[in-house]
Amino acid sequence: MIDYLKQPWPWYIAGPVIGLIVPALLLLGNKHFGISANLRHICAACFPRNISFFKYDWRKESWNLFFVAGILVGGFLAAYYLSDPNSLQVSPALMADLEHFGIRDHGGLLPAELFSWSALGTLRGLIMLVGGGFLVGFGTRYAGGCTSGHAIMGLSNLQWPSLIATICFMVGGFIMANLILPFILSL
Amino acid sequence: MRPNNNHPVRNGITQTTEQRIADDELRSLDTICTNKSTIVGPWWHNIKYLLVGVVFGIVFVKAEVVSWFRIQEMFRLQSFHMYGVIGSAVVVGMISIALIKKFKLRTIRGEQIKFTNKKFNKGQIIGGLIFGFGWAMTGACPGPLFALIGSGALVISIVLLSAIAGTWVYGYFRERLPH
Repeated sequence: MIDYLKQPWPWYIAGPVIGLIVPALLLLGNKHFGISANLRHICAACFPRNISFFKYDWRKESWNLFFVAGILVGGFLAAYYLSDPNSLQVSPALMADLEHFGIRDHGGLLPAELFSWSALGTLRGLIMLVGGGFLVGFGTRYAGGCTSGHAIMGLSNLQWPSLIATICFMVGGFIMANLILPFILSL
Repeated sequence: MRPNNNHPVRNGITQTTEQRIADDELRSLDTICTNKSTIVGPWWHNIKYLLVGVVFGIVFVKAEVVSWFRIQEMFRLQSFHMYGVIGSAVVVGMISIALIKKFKLRTIRGEQIKFTNKKFNKGQIIGGLIFGFGWAMTGACPGPLFALIGSGALVISIVLLSAIAGTWVYGYFRERLPH
Protein backbone atom coordinates (compact mmCIF):
# COMPACT_ATOMS: atom_id res chain seq x y z
CA MET A 1 0.00 0.00 0.00
CA ILE A 2 2.72 2.46 1.04
CA ASP A 3 4.75 1.53 -2.03
CA TYR A 4 1.71 2.21 -4.17
CA LEU A 5 1.21 5.65 -2.54
CA LYS A 6 4.87 6.50 -3.13
CA GLN A 7 4.44 6.48 -6.89
CA PRO A 8 3.47 9.79 -8.55
CA TRP A 9 -0.32 10.16 -8.30
CA PRO A 10 -2.19 10.37 -11.62
CA TRP A 11 -4.34 13.40 -12.49
CA TYR A 12 -7.59 11.43 -12.19
CA ILE A 13 -6.86 10.84 -8.48
CA ALA A 14 -5.36 14.27 -7.65
CA GLY A 15 -7.94 16.40 -9.50
CA PRO A 16 -11.07 14.91 -7.86
CA VAL A 17 -9.44 15.05 -4.38
CA ILE A 18 -8.64 18.75 -4.92
CA GLY A 19 -12.21 19.27 -6.15
CA LEU A 20 -13.59 17.68 -2.97
CA ILE A 21 -11.82 20.32 -0.86
CA VAL A 22 -14.47 22.80 -2.09
CA PRO A 23 -17.46 21.02 -0.46
CA ALA A 24 -15.32 19.92 2.52
CA LEU A 25 -14.60 23.54 3.52
CA LEU A 26 -18.19 24.62 2.86
CA LEU A 27 -19.65 21.80 4.95
CA LEU A 28 -17.13 22.14 7.76
CA GLY A 29 -17.87 25.81 8.32
CA ASN A 30 -19.07 27.94 5.39
CA LYS A 31 -15.53 28.62 4.20
CA HIS A 32 -14.85 29.49 0.57
CA PHE A 33 -11.80 27.73 -0.84
CA GLY A 34 -8.83 29.93 -1.69
CA ILE A 35 -5.20 30.47 -0.83
CA SER A 36 -3.92 33.82 -2.07
CA ALA A 37 -5.99 35.80 0.47
CA ASN A 38 -3.53 34.51 3.08
CA LEU A 39 -0.86 36.78 1.62
CA ARG A 40 -3.18 39.71 2.37
CA HIS A 41 -3.96 38.40 5.87
CA ILE A 42 -0.21 38.24 6.56
CA CYS A 43 0.09 41.89 5.44
CA ALA A 44 -2.91 42.83 7.59
CA ALA A 45 -1.49 41.04 10.61
CA CYS A 46 2.16 42.10 10.30
CA PHE A 47 2.43 45.45 8.53
CA PRO A 48 -0.94 47.08 7.85
CA ARG A 49 0.58 50.60 8.19
CA ASN A 50 -2.24 53.00 7.41
CA ILE A 51 -3.42 51.25 4.27
CA SER A 52 -7.19 50.86 4.36
CA PHE A 53 -6.99 47.64 2.28
CA PHE A 54 -5.24 45.95 5.23
CA LYS A 55 -7.29 47.45 8.04
CA TYR A 56 -9.79 44.68 8.66
CA ASP A 57 -10.15 42.00 11.31
CA TRP A 58 -7.87 39.31 9.80
CA ARG A 59 -8.59 37.05 12.78
CA LYS A 60 -11.98 36.31 11.21
CA GLU A 61 -10.04 34.56 8.45
CA SER A 62 -7.61 32.75 10.73
CA TRP A 63 -9.09 29.44 9.48
CA ASN A 64 -7.31 30.15 6.19
CA LEU A 65 -3.94 30.53 7.92
CA PHE A 66 -4.52 27.15 9.59
CA PHE A 67 -5.39 25.76 6.16
CA VAL A 68 -2.09 26.88 4.59
CA ALA A 69 -0.15 25.72 7.65
CA GLY A 70 -1.70 22.32 6.91
CA ILE A 71 -0.52 22.53 3.28
CA LEU A 72 3.01 23.13 4.58
CA VAL A 73 2.78 20.09 6.88
CA GLY A 74 1.30 18.01 4.04
CA GLY A 75 4.21 18.99 1.79
CA PHE A 76 6.60 17.84 4.51
CA LEU A 77 4.81 14.49 5.03
CA ALA A 78 4.69 13.77 1.30
CA ALA A 79 8.35 14.61 0.80
CA TYR A 80 9.72 12.73 3.81
CA TYR A 81 7.38 9.74 4.21
CA LEU A 82 5.88 9.19 0.77
CA SER A 83 8.71 10.25 -1.49
CA ASP A 84 9.13 8.48 -4.79
CA PRO A 85 12.48 6.66 -5.05
CA ASN A 86 12.49 7.24 -8.84
CA SER A 87 13.27 10.58 -10.41
CA LEU A 88 10.63 12.85 -11.92
CA GLN A 89 9.62 11.99 -15.49
CA VAL A 90 10.00 15.16 -17.55
CA SER A 91 8.65 15.18 -21.11
CA PRO A 92 11.47 14.70 -23.65
CA ALA A 93 10.37 17.82 -25.55
CA LEU A 94 10.78 20.01 -22.45
CA MET A 95 14.11 18.37 -21.57
CA ALA A 96 15.43 19.20 -25.03
CA ASP A 97 14.19 22.82 -24.75
CA LEU A 98 15.77 23.32 -21.31
CA GLU A 99 19.08 21.79 -22.44
CA HIS A 100 19.66 25.01 -24.47
CA PHE A 101 19.62 27.03 -21.28
CA GLY A 102 21.91 24.73 -19.34
CA ILE A 103 19.12 23.25 -17.20
CA ARG A 104 19.97 19.57 -16.87
CA ASP A 105 18.83 18.74 -13.35
CA HIS A 106 15.46 17.02 -13.70
CA GLY A 107 15.61 14.57 -10.83
CA GLY A 108 13.43 16.45 -8.37
CA LEU A 109 10.41 18.74 -8.43
CA LEU A 110 12.52 21.84 -9.17
CA PRO A 111 15.68 22.32 -11.24
CA ALA A 112 18.59 23.22 -8.95
CA GLU A 113 20.00 25.55 -11.64
CA LEU A 114 17.08 27.93 -10.98
CA PHE A 115 15.82 27.10 -7.50
CA SER A 116 18.68 27.10 -5.01
CA TRP A 117 20.44 29.61 -2.78
CA SER A 118 23.33 29.80 -5.23
CA ALA A 119 20.93 30.44 -8.14
CA LEU A 120 19.52 33.36 -6.16
CA GLY A 121 22.89 35.06 -6.66
CA THR A 122 22.58 34.92 -10.47
CA LEU A 123 20.65 37.49 -12.47
CA ARG A 124 18.23 34.97 -13.95
CA GLY A 125 17.66 33.29 -10.59
CA LEU A 126 16.95 36.65 -8.97
CA ILE A 127 14.46 37.62 -11.70
CA MET A 128 12.74 34.22 -11.59
CA LEU A 129 12.43 33.93 -7.80
CA VAL A 130 12.09 37.50 -6.55
CA GLY A 131 10.50 39.00 -9.66
CA GLY A 132 8.23 36.00 -10.27
CA GLY A 133 7.12 35.91 -6.64
CA PHE A 134 6.30 39.62 -6.71
CA LEU A 135 4.13 39.18 -9.82
CA VAL A 136 2.32 36.25 -8.18
CA GLY A 137 1.48 38.29 -5.08
CA PHE A 138 0.57 41.50 -6.93
CA GLY A 139 -1.36 39.76 -9.71
CA THR A 140 -3.44 37.41 -7.58
CA ARG A 141 -4.69 40.21 -5.36
CA TYR A 142 -5.37 42.53 -8.30
CA ALA A 143 -7.28 39.69 -9.99
CA GLY A 144 -9.11 38.94 -6.73
CA GLY A 145 -7.98 35.31 -6.48
CA CYS A 146 -5.53 32.69 -7.64
CA THR A 147 -5.86 29.27 -9.23
CA SER A 148 -7.69 28.01 -6.13
CA GLY A 149 -10.05 30.95 -5.62
CA HIS A 150 -10.91 31.72 -9.25
CA ALA A 151 -10.11 28.60 -11.30
CA ILE A 152 -11.46 26.06 -8.80
CA MET A 153 -13.87 27.78 -6.36
CA GLY A 154 -15.09 30.48 -8.77
CA LEU A 155 -15.61 28.16 -11.74
CA SER A 156 -17.26 25.53 -9.50
CA ASN A 157 -19.74 28.24 -8.44
CA LEU A 158 -20.28 29.20 -12.13
CA GLN A 159 -18.95 32.75 -11.75
CA TRP A 160 -18.18 34.25 -15.14
CA PRO A 161 -15.68 36.85 -13.78
CA SER A 162 -13.71 33.85 -12.51
CA LEU A 163 -13.76 32.35 -16.01
CA ILE A 164 -12.31 35.60 -17.38
CA ALA A 165 -9.64 35.59 -14.67
CA THR A 166 -8.76 31.93 -15.36
CA ILE A 167 -8.46 32.60 -19.09
CA CYS A 168 -6.15 35.55 -18.32
CA PHE A 169 -4.01 33.39 -16.00
CA MET A 170 -3.54 30.93 -18.85
CA VAL A 171 -2.91 33.62 -21.49
CA GLY A 172 -0.32 35.28 -19.20
CA GLY A 173 1.33 31.92 -18.57
CA PHE A 174 1.49 31.06 -22.27
CA ILE A 175 3.02 34.45 -23.12
CA MET A 176 5.60 34.18 -20.33
CA ALA A 177 6.58 30.51 -20.87
CA ASN A 178 6.84 30.72 -24.66
CA LEU A 179 7.81 34.30 -25.48
CA ILE A 180 9.53 35.92 -22.48
CA LEU A 181 11.04 33.08 -20.44
CA PRO A 182 13.52 32.05 -23.19
CA PHE A 183 15.13 35.52 -22.84
CA ILE A 184 15.25 35.37 -19.05
CA LEU A 185 16.66 31.83 -19.09
CA SER A 186 19.45 32.82 -21.46
CA LEU A 187 20.69 35.60 -19.14
CA MET B 1 -18.45 51.20 24.17
CA ARG B 2 -20.26 48.76 26.44
CA PRO B 3 -19.80 45.04 25.80
CA ASN B 4 -22.92 43.59 24.28
CA ASN B 5 -23.68 39.89 24.14
CA ASN B 6 -25.14 40.15 20.64
CA HIS B 7 -21.81 41.07 19.12
CA PRO B 8 -18.66 39.02 18.95
CA VAL B 9 -15.94 40.36 21.20
CA ARG B 10 -12.38 39.97 19.98
CA ASN B 11 -9.36 40.99 21.99
CA GLY B 12 -11.59 43.09 24.16
CA ILE B 13 -12.80 45.15 21.18
CA THR B 14 -16.56 45.13 20.70
CA GLN B 15 -17.87 45.78 17.21
CA THR B 16 -21.23 47.37 16.56
CA THR B 17 -23.38 45.89 13.80
CA GLU B 18 -22.37 48.72 11.44
CA GLN B 19 -18.69 48.18 12.17
CA ARG B 20 -19.10 44.45 11.59
CA ILE B 21 -20.80 44.96 8.24
CA ALA B 22 -18.12 47.47 7.18
CA ASP B 23 -15.40 45.02 8.24
CA ASP B 24 -17.07 42.16 6.33
CA GLU B 25 -17.23 44.33 3.22
CA LEU B 26 -13.58 45.34 3.47
CA ARG B 27 -12.53 41.75 4.10
CA SER B 28 -14.35 40.46 1.04
CA LEU B 29 -12.81 43.13 -1.21
CA ASP B 30 -10.80 41.60 -4.08
CA THR B 31 -11.14 38.08 -2.78
CA ILE B 32 -13.13 34.90 -3.17
CA CYS B 33 -12.00 32.89 -0.22
CA THR B 34 -13.83 34.28 2.75
CA ASN B 35 -15.34 33.02 5.95
CA LYS B 36 -19.12 33.23 5.54
CA SER B 37 -19.82 31.81 8.97
CA THR B 38 -21.07 34.00 11.79
CA ILE B 39 -20.20 31.42 14.44
CA VAL B 40 -17.15 32.43 16.46
CA GLY B 41 -15.52 29.44 18.13
CA PRO B 42 -12.33 28.83 20.08
CA TRP B 43 -9.11 28.76 18.06
CA TRP B 44 -8.79 24.98 18.14
CA HIS B 45 -11.94 24.67 16.02
CA ASN B 46 -9.62 25.72 13.20
CA ILE B 47 -7.62 22.50 13.47
CA LYS B 48 -10.07 20.81 11.10
CA TYR B 49 -8.98 23.22 8.36
CA LEU B 50 -5.37 22.38 9.12
CA LEU B 51 -6.18 18.70 8.52
CA VAL B 52 -7.90 19.49 5.19
CA GLY B 53 -4.75 21.47 4.32
CA VAL B 54 -2.56 18.45 5.11
CA VAL B 55 -4.49 16.35 2.58
CA PHE B 56 -4.21 19.17 0.03
CA GLY B 57 -0.46 19.52 0.61
CA ILE B 58 0.16 15.78 0.19
CA VAL B 59 -1.83 15.73 -3.08
CA PHE B 60 0.07 18.80 -4.33
CA VAL B 61 3.44 17.11 -3.88
CA LYS B 62 2.46 13.55 -4.84
CA ALA B 63 0.71 14.63 -8.05
CA GLU B 64 3.72 16.88 -8.83
CA VAL B 65 1.42 19.90 -9.19
CA VAL B 66 4.12 21.86 -7.34
CA SER B 67 6.78 20.95 -9.91
CA TRP B 68 8.17 23.77 -12.06
CA PHE B 69 8.56 21.18 -14.84
CA ARG B 70 4.85 20.26 -14.83
CA ILE B 71 3.87 23.94 -15.09
CA GLN B 72 6.29 24.49 -17.98
CA GLU B 73 4.85 21.40 -19.73
CA MET B 74 1.34 22.81 -19.27
CA PHE B 75 2.16 26.21 -20.77
CA ARG B 76 4.14 24.61 -23.60
CA LEU B 77 1.42 22.02 -24.31
CA GLN B 78 3.90 19.22 -23.70
CA SER B 79 1.79 17.23 -21.26
CA PHE B 80 -1.87 16.69 -20.40
CA HIS B 81 -1.28 16.15 -16.66
CA MET B 82 -2.05 19.65 -15.30
CA TYR B 83 -5.09 20.07 -17.57
CA GLY B 84 -6.38 16.77 -16.20
CA VAL B 85 -5.80 17.85 -12.58
CA ILE B 86 -7.43 21.30 -12.89
CA GLY B 87 -10.21 20.11 -15.22
CA SER B 88 -11.30 17.19 -13.05
CA ALA B 89 -11.04 19.33 -9.89
CA VAL B 90 -13.41 21.89 -11.43
CA VAL B 91 -15.89 19.21 -12.54
CA VAL B 92 -15.97 17.64 -9.06
CA GLY B 93 -16.27 21.11 -7.46
CA MET B 94 -19.15 22.09 -9.79
CA ILE B 95 -21.09 18.90 -9.07
CA SER B 96 -20.50 19.33 -5.32
CA ILE B 97 -21.77 22.93 -5.26
CA ALA B 98 -24.76 22.02 -7.44
CA LEU B 99 -25.67 19.25 -4.95
CA ILE B 100 -25.18 21.58 -1.94
CA LYS B 101 -27.51 24.14 -3.56
CA LYS B 102 -30.08 21.57 -4.73
CA PHE B 103 -30.42 19.83 -1.36
CA LYS B 104 -29.83 23.08 0.61
CA LEU B 105 -27.19 21.30 2.67
CA ARG B 106 -26.08 22.87 5.94
CA THR B 107 -22.71 22.95 7.66
CA ILE B 108 -21.87 20.48 10.43
CA ARG B 109 -22.90 23.22 12.89
CA GLY B 110 -26.28 23.58 11.19
CA GLU B 111 -25.59 26.88 9.42
CA GLN B 112 -26.99 27.59 5.98
CA ILE B 113 -24.23 27.56 3.35
CA LYS B 114 -23.92 30.98 1.71
CA PHE B 115 -22.78 31.86 -1.78
CA THR B 116 -22.13 35.31 -3.18
CA ASN B 117 -21.82 36.35 -6.79
CA LYS B 118 -18.55 37.83 -7.97
CA LYS B 119 -18.65 41.19 -9.75
CA PHE B 120 -16.55 41.78 -12.82
CA ASN B 121 -13.79 44.40 -12.78
CA LYS B 122 -10.75 45.12 -14.96
CA GLY B 123 -8.51 43.65 -12.28
CA GLN B 124 -9.51 40.17 -13.32
CA ILE B 125 -7.96 40.84 -16.74
CA ILE B 126 -4.90 42.94 -15.82
CA GLY B 127 -4.18 41.17 -12.54
CA GLY B 128 -4.92 37.82 -14.16
CA LEU B 129 -2.29 38.40 -16.85
CA ILE B 130 0.26 39.60 -14.24
CA PHE B 131 -0.36 36.52 -12.11
CA GLY B 132 -0.06 34.32 -15.23
CA PHE B 133 3.42 35.78 -15.87
CA GLY B 134 4.47 35.06 -12.30
CA TRP B 135 2.96 31.58 -12.36
CA ALA B 136 4.95 30.59 -15.47
CA MET B 137 8.18 32.04 -13.99
CA THR B 138 8.06 30.51 -10.53
CA GLY B 139 6.04 27.45 -11.56
CA ALA B 140 3.97 27.99 -8.46
CA CYS B 141 0.71 29.60 -7.52
CA PRO B 142 0.24 30.54 -3.86
CA GLY B 143 -0.80 27.05 -2.64
CA PRO B 144 2.25 25.20 -3.99
CA LEU B 145 4.55 27.85 -2.46
CA PHE B 146 3.57 26.60 1.00
CA ALA B 147 3.74 22.91 -0.03
CA LEU B 148 7.21 23.40 -1.56
CA ILE B 149 8.59 25.05 1.58
CA GLY B 150 7.20 22.14 3.61
CA SER B 151 8.78 19.64 1.24
CA GLY B 152 12.20 21.11 2.06
CA ALA B 153 12.71 23.58 -0.81
CA LEU B 154 13.51 26.37 1.65
CA VAL B 155 14.68 28.80 -1.06
CA ILE B 156 10.99 29.10 -2.01
CA SER B 157 10.52 31.12 1.18
CA ILE B 158 12.16 33.97 -0.78
CA VAL B 159 9.45 33.61 -3.46
CA LEU B 160 6.78 33.64 -0.72
CA LEU B 161 8.24 36.76 0.93
CA SER B 162 8.34 38.44 -2.47
CA ALA B 163 4.71 37.46 -3.10
CA ILE B 164 3.72 38.97 0.27
CA ALA B 165 5.58 42.14 -0.77
CA GLY B 166 3.69 42.11 -4.09
CA THR B 167 0.37 41.90 -2.26
CA TRP B 168 1.41 44.76 0.03
CA VAL B 169 2.41 46.96 -2.91
CA TYR B 170 -0.96 46.20 -4.53
CA GLY B 171 -2.72 47.30 -1.34
CA TYR B 172 -0.64 50.48 -1.30
CA PHE B 173 -1.49 51.47 -4.91
CA ARG B 174 -4.97 49.92 -5.03
CA GLU B 175 -6.95 53.19 -5.23
CA ARG B 176 -4.84 54.46 -8.12
CA LEU B 177 -5.12 51.29 -10.24
CA PRO B 178 -7.87 50.78 -12.87
CA HIS B 179 -10.67 48.52 -11.68
